[in-house]
This record gives sequence, structure tokens and C-alpha cells, in this order.
Amino acid sequence: MSGTCEGAAATPALQDYTLRLADSALILGHRLSEWIGHAPLLEEELALGNLALDLIGEARSLYAYAAEIEGKGRSEDDLAYRRDAGQYRNLLLVEQPNGDFARTTARQLLYSAFAHPFWRALAGSRDEMLAAIAAKAEKEAAYHLRHAGEWLIRLGDGTEESHRRAQAALDELWPYTGEVFERDAVENRLIADGIAPDPAALRPEWQRSVAAVIAEARLKQPTSGWMQSGGRSGRHSEHLGHLLASLQFLQRAYPGASW
Amino acid sequence: MSETPMPLWEVFIRSRSGLAHRHVGSVHAADAAMALQAARDVYTRRGEGLSIWVVPSDAITASDPAQKDMMFEPTASKIYRHPTFYKVPDDVGNM
Repeated sequence: MSGTCEGAAATPALQDYTLRLADSALILGHRLSEWIGHAPLLEEELALGNLALDLIGEARSLYAYAAEIEGKGRSEDDLAYRRDAGQYRNLLLVEQPNGDFARTTARQLLYSAFAHPFWRALAGSRDEMLAAIAAKAEKEAAYHLRHAGEWLIRLGDGTEESHRRAQAALDELWPYTGEVFERDAVENRLIADGIAPDPAALRPEWQRSVAAVIAEARLKQPTSGWMQSGGRSGRHSEHLGHLLASLQFLQRAYPGASW
Repeated sequence: MSETPMPLWEVFIRSRSGLAHRHVGSVHAADAAMALQAARDVYTRRGEGLSIWVVPSDAITASDPAQKDMMFEPTASKIYRHPTFYKVPDDVGNM
């Protein structure tokens, strides 16, 4: 077994943490895949598909690792297809519906502005497997951030309508950004062990890159008021159940189906 | 809602083999930066390239297909412009 899981006590925390990262990647990847066949232009149809595949690829590596840590014979597919909403540990931000293109773009910016420095920091993890997965994901996230940023700038600084929609998207999603930087017992444990980066330490960089895009897009940064929370403990918005119904349908209807 | 057609850009990609940029197709995009992104997303999904150029399609001045006889036909008879036209004495060896 690769990685450096030290002692039995660290194992559940590492598995839980890996699952959180996997869930966020899978759910956002699935959301983006919902655009296939509906994107506003052909070029963006492929771009959104590319982002989705990056994220689903990250999720696969992480699920496989989480299953390996758990050591109970479950596969990456079992973890993705056979857990209910209450067992999912993704950020609430990523399960929010696509809405219009501005909303999808804003969601991607807010996530990727965190994901990019996060993967870079995790690439220095003492856990070799997480470090390797993070090193690959960092390059992907760098492009996601650029792609979403360039689009949001043009939407915000575009027509009256695109500006209005971009502002509405930011305002709507902002309350989901607080959760991204939360820490709980699992993370504290892994931060102390040098396995996980401290998300709070990544906040200034997130703030800088988001603020730069918002300013160039001539949008207003929403005021940080009350923040939504709960994804990490399985308390999700009503949207996740609907998403999973579509994501998991095949394996639920025909367990073990393969092709 | 006002919609203006997005400009067209020609995409050129240099492959890993280090050859010159080669024309691969076109994309629609509002400006150069977006055209570069679109080109990356549409034409380099299978590791096709290491460098991309995008050029506004309307910046290209093209020859008129209707004039191809005038433009290209006269060279057909000038076979002496090809190196293979000339006999190289054996003593010269490989050039």
C-alpha cells in the first residue's frame, strides 16, 4: 500500500478526507456534464466536457484511494454509485444547479480559485498518494480557473443582460463559499500530521484571485454575511438527491451492470 | 436580447514532433484570448499540440479558386525547376 497512513487512528480520518475531495470533484464534474448537448456554443460544449472529464478523473483516483484505505473490498464505483445523499461529503457549492451559463461560470470560478492553490498545497502532503493525485489536479485546476475567469470577465463586462446575470450568479453562490475554508476534527488531525493543508491559509489567495476577476468584470463582490454549511457532515441542499438520482440510476436499477 | 455573430478564428497547432504550425480548423470566439482557449479545448484534447496560434479569419488574404489556372498552371511545364531534372555526375556522390 502506498501512502503514509500512520497507525489505525489516522486511517478513518484519511479515508473520510479523501472521500470529501472525491465527492466534490465528482459532483462538480457531473454538474458540468449536464451541459453536454445544451452548451451555448459548440466550442464551449467541448470546453465544459473537458472540465467535467478532468474532475471525474480526479474523483476516480481519489475514490480508488479511499476504497484502498478503507480496505473492505469496496470499489471506486461502489463509493460513487451506492451511497445516498446523506453519505456524500461534497461542498454545497458544487451541487448547486447549473442555472444559466453565468451561474455555471461563477460556480466554477469560486471553486477553482480554491482548488488551484489547494491542490498545489496538497501536492506537498506527507501522504504520497494524495500528493501525486494533487500534482496532476493542480494543472487541471489552473486551466479551470483561467477558463472560468476569462468567461466571467466577459460576461460581467459584456452586455447589460450578461452583466445582470453574472452579478445575480455571484450573489446567489456567495453564501456557499464560507464552507470551503471550514475545518473540523478530521482536517485538524490531518493538518497536524502534515497530510492536509490548512484551508484557512489558502483564503487570501482565493480572495485575491476572485477579487481580481470581479474587478475586471466590473462586478460587485457580494458582502460576506451568513454562510451555508453542512456538506462535510452530509447535510445537503435538496439538489443533491436529484443529481444522484440521475448519476446513480443505472447502478441502482441494474446493480453491477457493466459494458 | 442582442446577439452579434462571434468572429471566426483560424487555428494553427504545432505538434510534438517539432514541425511548423499546421492549420487544423477554426473556432468562434469574441476575442483573441477566448479564441486561444477555445482552440485548446476543441483541438488539443488528445495531446495534439505544444503550441497554438489563432489568427482572425478575416486577416487572411486568400487566392481566388477561380484564378487557379492563371496562378498555378504555368508552373506545371517547368520541370527544370525541380532538382530531380538534373543529372548529377556519379563522382559528386551524395549532395
